[in-house]
Amino acid sequence: MVRESEHRDLFPGALEIMILQSLKLKPMHGYALVKHIKQASEDMLQVEEGSLYPALQRMLKEGWLDAESGISTKGRPTRIYRLTEAGRKHLEQEVVSVEKMFAGITRVLAIARA
Amino acid sequence: MNWLPQIFSRGKRYDDLAVSIQEHLEERMEELMADGMARKQAEQTAHREFGNIALIEQRSREVWHWEKVETLLADLKLVFRRLRKSPGFAVTILLTLAIGIGANTAVFSVVNSVLLKPLPYPDANELTALRLDAPGAGGLSSFSSGLRLSTSMYITFSEHNHSFQSLGIWIPGTANVTGIAQPEQVRLDGISAGVLETLAVPAAVGRWFSDADQDPRGPKSVILNYGYWQRRFGGDRAVIGRSIQVDAQTRTIVGVMPQGFRMVDNDFDLLLPLAIDRHKQKLAGFGFNGIGRLKAGVTLQQADSDLAHLIPVWMDSWSNGPGTNPHYYEIWKISPNFLPLKQQVIGNIGSVLWIVMATVGLVMLIACINVANLLLVRAESRQQEFSIRAALGAGRVRIARELLLESVALGLIGGFFALGVAYAGLRLLVAIGPADLPRLSEISIDARSLFFALLVSAVSGLLFGSVPALKYARSRNALTMSGSSRTSSAGRARQRSRDILVVAQVAMALVLLVSALLMIRTFAALRNVDPGFADATQLETLSIWIPDLLVPDPPAVARAQKQIADNLASIPGVDSVAFAGAVPMDGNDPDWDLITVEGKKYVGGEGPLRLYNYVSPGYFHTMGTRIVAGRDFTWDDLNNVMPAMIVSESFARESWGSAAAAIGKRIKKYDSSPWLEVIGVVEDVHVHGLDEKAPPIVYWPAMFYDRFGREPRMDGLRTVTFVLHSRRTGAQGFLGQIQQAVWSVNPDLPLAGVQTMQQLYSQSMARTSFTLVMLAIAGSMALALGIIGIYGVIAYAVSQRTREIGIRLALGAQKSELKWMFVRSALMLTGIGVVIGISAAALLMQGIKSLLFGISPLDPVTYCAVPLVLATAAACASYLPARRAAGVDPVEALRAD
Repeated sequence: MVRESEHRDLFPGALEIMILQSLKLKPMHGYALVKHIKQASEDMLQVEEGSLYPALQRMLKEGWLDAESGISTKGRPTRIYRLTEAGRKHLEQEVVSVEKMFAGITRVLAIARA
Repeated sequence: MNWLPQIFSRGKRYDDLAVSIQEHLEERMEELMADGMARKQAEQTAHREFGNIALIEQRSREVWHWEKVETLLADLKLVFRRLRKSPGFAVTILLTLAIGIGANTAVFSVVNSVLLKPLPYPDANELTALRLDAPGAGGLSSFSSGLRLSTSMYITFSEHNHSFQSLGIWIPGTANVTGIAQPEQVRLDGISAGVLETLAVPAAVGRWFSDADQDPRGPKSVILNYGYWQRRFGGDRAVIGRSIQVDAQTRTIVGVMPQGFRMVDNDFDLLLPLAIDRHKQKLAGFGFNGIGRLKAGVTLQQADSDLAHLIPVWMDSWSNGPGTNPHYYEIWKISPNFLPLKQQVIGNIGSVLWIVMATVGLVMLIACINVANLLLVRAESRQQEFSIRAALGAGRVRIARELLLESVALGLIGGFFALGVAYAGLRLLVAIGPADLPRLSEISIDARSLFFALLVSAVSGLLFGSVPALKYARSRNALTMSGSSRTSSAGRARQRSRDILVVAQVAMALVLLVSALLMIRTFAALRNVDPGFADATQLETLSIWIPDLLVPDPPAVARAQKQIADNLASIPGVDSVAFAGAVPMDGNDPDWDLITVEGKKYVGGEGPLRLYNYVSPGYFHTMGTRIVAGRDFTWDDLNNVMPAMIVSESFARESWGSAAAAIGKRIKKYDSSPWLEVIGVVEDVHVHGLDEKAPPIVYWPAMFYDRFGREPRMDGLRTVTFVLHSRRTGAQGFLGQIQQAVWSVNPDLPLAGVQTMQQLYSQSMARTSFTLVMLAIAGSMALALGIIGIYGVIAYAVSQRTREIGIRLALGAQKSELKWMFVRSALMLTGIGVVIGISAAALLMQGIKSLLFGISPLDPVTYCAVPLVLATAAACASYLPARRAAGVDPVEALRAD
């Protein structure tokens, strides 16, 4: 899904959360998304194209995204992806559950360390 | 569910995707070129980083697919393409299936309409036939309908029972409606209060009978049935309140029953209230059908025991007149044996229908086997394809699914055509079915039949498809890819499944042929029964009823009948004419009564009940019934009221040992009546049908002195059936002349039941001939399918073993030996099938025992003939391909691939 420095699989839905979170900032086209995630994670995460485009189609089908014709940063015709209201709600839920999961993992690790 | 817009927006989605990916690549290239990379290199790097574009696009598109459905559709497209490419194969299979499924659907529609569907009344499961058992009542209590009710019984039952919401009695009859154009004889049902309440079908127009209508001194009313209302009154709703003349009695129309309404299983024109006068009822008169509607929660057993308590109450409450013993009926041992009404309506037709259903089901199985065989051959020729696909990673489920898909698709298409076959078949079935098939008018193809057709199509598709699917999806060994076509002959395993199918086919065909032949032998046995009359095709019968209101005086009735007989005899071409209370096999028993033979002692003091008929002089001569001893009645006997009787041969043997010994002996009716002398003995007549034993019969003269009415008087019969012996039966104008002859005596007399004795004779064999025709059709279909099956298997074996044959021939094998080799293997398979089939038939034929007559279900002739026929058929079917094998040119065979 996402190429990590350690090549470890992320938990299911991680890619989707990152796409949704990125698009929450502003609507973007595919290439911009890849670059944005790479920069935001300070090069720790690299989105694989082979995962990105199927993921985008899945999210379009779920109704979390809209696609519209637009112009890329370099002035070429492309499709801009935009977060919908349903996507925003889904993101909020996912963020809460991810934070809970992280909190849980942190605690378990803390006990193990002690 | 927004799947519908998704399908239409799919193209746009795919375009969007392509645009996005294209832009992605170009932007990356531009970035790389900005870093100083050459254009060509930048393009390569961008593509490499992105990965397999086609695959990514494919995966992205798949998000919008329904993978299962779409691969199914793709497979289906392949299936159809393959079928189009081999039309002969497709047509053979579809035709087989259409006929098989069609026949099954047609028969199921009959089974469904007659046996499974509830009767067409509200809450029909509460409806009950008030059937009484009376083992001591002799012929009055028949096996099929038990002892019928008397009016006094009805009154007792309806007033004292705790089990029924309502109950009533009804009796079918005929009446003359006059005053409108030609006099018309109509079918009517007399009904008591409670009958319409029990059936609970509201009138279409007007109302049911009221209590006042059922009062013998109340208004005279009548209810029309829908058909009669349409026919006579054109469906005019203003008919309520109008009057018609029924048997010269003016009656007011109070209601019309809706379309399709029947009195249990009786189609009628008019309903009349019985209007029972309770002050004039006796114990006797057991002629009425009883029906009731059970209270909620009451079982038939509870109702039985409830009404069993009322039999003594009934005997205490009524009498048969002064000096008679009301508890006489104790020796009849009357007890209620109530049945669901539906069961009584269906009667014994159930066994016939289930046998026919099982038969066509078996034919369907045989057809499925043939189809499976064809599919096996086809799958065999595709074995390389399967091996390649398996090698490329196709799962066995996927291959099996495709094979099954093909067979189920074939099944369903066959099922679609089968509906046409079913519709035609149903019309044929109804046309050739027994005329007394109950609920005939209700037979139709309904939702349940359609569902059945669908189910049979799908299941048979799975059934014949699973044979090749199991076989070919299993073999994954890549060896078959190169090896199979070069082996010198087919492997044993490959031939075995087809062999098993042929054995099964032969076994099933044998069962069907045995049953068909048993029916043919039953039919022949029935044809050999001497019915007790002769020249059935030249005997015309017709019934005439002379009502009280038309001719009140009984002797005048007899004179009118004699006059009609004389007029009929004067028609050119008529040899002789006579009349009787009933003719054989017309479904009427004129009377049953106690008969005491002089000098005999009986348990209980009185003799048993005997069947009566009333005959005019010359009746036996006209019918061709032989007079075994003594003489016939003469008109002088009748006019002088001679105390004379004629008895049947079996009666004579039973009472006096022989026919000759009967002449001059004396018998009497009841204890107190005078002795009557036997003047003649006639041969036995199978009055209840050829398959029923000829009962002992007592023949009274058609005119007699009745000492047992309310006052003694000369009496005759008001309904008689005339019999004409003539070569002109069925000739043009003959019926018109008969009509004129009757109307010249009285223009208000309608003719009813005009038919030849041949028609009655055929009707009495209707059940046998229907079963025979169905089994014969099924048997010949099974034989034909079996022959095709054997032919196919041997022909295929020959084609597979061409190389082997070539080698054998080259090594000096004799052609005759080669032929014999193939014929022998066919006979071998047939032999195994025959052994299995005979054991199965011996078991299964116990099930049709009740339909057989005069032969055993293990009839040796049948069990020898059928295997012989099958073996001959197998030899012929295998000889053709075997000859082809012997004709193989060894050089050609060895050179071929």
